Amino acid sequence: MRKYLLATCVSAVALCGAGFAYADDEQATLQKDPKQFTTQRGNYAATAYSELNQINASNVAKIAPAWTFSTGVLRGHEGAPLVIGDVMYVHTPFPNIVYALDLNDDGKILWKYEPKQDPNVIPVMCCDTVNRGLAYGDGKVFLHQADTTLVALDAKTGQVAWSQKDGDPSKGQTGTDAPFIFKDKVFIGVSGGEFGVRSWVSAYNVKDGKLAWRGFSMGPDSDTLIDPTATTALGKPVGADSSTKTWQGDQWKIGGGATWGWYAFDPALNLMYYGSGNPSTWNPKQRPGDNKWSMTVWARDVDTGKAKWVYQMTPHDEWDYDGVNEMILTDQKIGGADRKLLTHFDRNGFGYTLDRASGELLVAEKFDPAVNWATGVNMDKNSADYGKPIRVKAMSTEAGGEDENTQGICPAALGSKDEQPAAYSPQTELFYVPTNHVCMDYEPFKVSYTAGQPYVGATLAMYPPKGDKNMGNFIAWDGKTGKIVWSNPEQFSAWGGALATAGGVVFYGTLEGYLKAVDAKTGKELYKFKTPSGIIGNVMTYEHAGRQYVGILSGVGGWAGIGLAAGLTKPNDGLGAVGGYAALSNYTALGGQLTVFALPNN
Amino acid sequence: MGRQGGNVRIAAASLAVVLSLSWGLPAFADPPGNPAAVKQDEDGYWRDKNGDPTYKIAPEGTVDFATYAGFRRYHSDCHVCHGPDGMGSTYAPALADSLKTIDYTTFAGIVVNGRKDLINGNDKVMPTFAENKNVTCFLNDIYIYLRARSQDAVPRGRPAKHEPKPATYDANETKCLAGD
Repeated sequence: MRKYLLATCVSAVALCGAGFAYADDEQATLQKDPKQFTTQRGNYAATAYSELNQINASNVAKIAPAWTFSTGVLRGHEGAPLVIGDVMYVHTPFPNIVYALDLNDDGKILWKYEPKQDPNVIPVMCCDTVNRGLAYGDGKVFLHQADTTLVALDAKTGQVAWSQKDGDPSKGQTGTDAPFIFKDKVFIGVSGGEFGVRSWVSAYNVKDGKLAWRGFSMGPDSDTLIDPTATTALGKPVGADSSTKTWQGDQWKIGGGATWGWYAFDPALNLMYYGSGNPSTWNPKQRPGDNKWSMTVWARDVDTGKAKWVYQMTPHDEWDYDGVNEMILTDQKIGGADRKLLTHFDRNGFGYTLDRASGELLVAEKFDPAVNWATGVNMDKNSADYGKPIRVKAMSTEAGGEDENTQGICPAALGSKDEQPAAYSPQTELFYVPTNHVCMDYEPFKVSYTAGQPYVGATLAMYPPKGDKNMGNFIAWDGKTGKIVWSNPEQFSAWGGALATAGGVVFYGTLEGYLKAVDAKTGKELYKFKTPSGIIGNVMTYEHAGRQYVGILSGVGGWAGIGLAAGLTKPNDGLGAVGGYAALSNYTALGGQLTVFALPNN
Repeated sequence: MGRQGGNVRIAAASLAVVLSLSWGLPAFADPPGNPAAVKQDEDGYWRDKNGDPTYKIAPEGTVDFATYAGFRRYHSDCHVCHGPDGMGSTYAPALADSLKTIDYTTFAGIVVNGRKDLINGNDKVMPTFAENKNVTCFLNDIYIYLRARSQDAVPRGRPAKHEPKPATYDANETKCLAGD
């Protein structure tokens, strides 16, 4: 406990003396201590990079499980546990239990919080009852529940400090994303892009739970918090009604643009960064227009929510390429000049590098060569189509038409990468990206909207690209040039989040359940261990009593648990197609376990 | 129960059987019976000898329109939990198996009423689809498709060839989706 208080008082002495009321600088200070793991993705920049190097490329082959913990829940386990001082905080899928484990006593349970939620929220969660993790700040642990409640728990006792209901599951609104604390606010988004939910990001005061602001993904400027003259897209002001005039009639009211991904923050610019998801429905014919601001990278002022800049990656989406994936902030040199960058690996298969201050687009290249719905992104600043994808007509599901099956589109709707987050190492200046390598046939058709019911309107079949057997790759990417540096094939989509360390090692988990360690420079596999169930969570690391530990949640599920459980079929092999690609269910079953690895005690 | 030893054992055994049936299936599930298509109704749906919806697949594999429509509608609203091609997922059963043993009435009842299996650590909840026209307007089609899958009459994947849409189908579809 003493160690724990010390950590929060390391910042400006004056603040400490005054009783240190705000989480203002606290998270920034906590993140500097590599022994702790105090926020999802490790730090504000979302690099998932740890300075710990006790485990390194020459000894990682010797690591082994040191201790384990069963969560008591058997569904898809996303996100990562946190370590603050000597306590580890573990979260679970629905019913969203929170455990505080004592690292001084082999993970003894200090307290457990289990919210009472109406199980009728379960069927309104399109893609398993996942939860992407907790946040910590101001002596409180924050949980975003499936029923959209945001609850702040006293970190020492698990007692509820405050609780806020953010949305309404009867309208298809649910909670899956992890809260993030930036300065004195805690931020959450909402899920429901498959239910016609017009989505938002909410900012609540860490101290008292009051709502500070809420910014919607589409609607009038007063809802989206866009300033027609000050908010820019690729350097130009977006103008009035930039969202609503890209929708037909009132469709923006059930527009989607869900916000369930990972958020990042630049304290110097005072901007938070995140992406918005697909427009509703999946049938593009039913929603003409560019559908702004779905599929968009957002930069918002943390205090007011006002949008500084936006960039829409996939206007008038025809494939469900949600833009919610993580935004990783780095400072690198491009063309000899120091730049403040934002790198984003989108569902649509393009790796984007932008200037995070101005929103200028610097690089947009495919991070899977199989991507074929667009040939590239227009990088000509003078073109009217600057920044837009150069679409391939044959892969347009709208051109294919309603009730027609458009075939061989790559990537499939689950994208070249779904929510599983990448990591970045400043040592190598490389991004480490878990990817999917799957294509699809997609057939849109007419659907009607009912609140709280799925509003999808398309059916799809998925399979690996022609000639390939692997359904995933784990790659190293140079964001300055937009090039794949090395690529390790994986039998299944690489659905776990990566971690990079100063020891020159990169960790990730596989869908069959392997925790793998690879050399950060070459990609050579150095270690693997099969955990009790498939991995869709993110690797984390911490140090306790002089030993470095690497922790990972196992528990297969998520969208991978639906689409890949039974295996994929060969595309249109004629009638009676026999066999198909490996079924995930041949390799793993449901689980819910934390495995923590370390070098053996000599 | 206050009975003699032997009777108690039998009573307990039948209680156990009823309980185990009700875990996975409604208590009075009937198997669907012979799926052979006997006649076509005025809406274009094929019926078996009991009058329940069924599939009709030509020897070279061309499926009737309802089977094809069922493939699409299943993959729009059901596959998100029940997996592609009725194969199940990590959290909902394989309907390609379930339809071997439950009949049309039972199927319709489950879709309309929903189901709850709250088993600690793995809660499964199926919502009611009664208000969802994208399902209720196509209940027959979805049943027909899954029935064909359960009998291996159609393989996995999108049916490669199908009969054209029957004349009345389009009008019925539009009317149902728009209707009260």
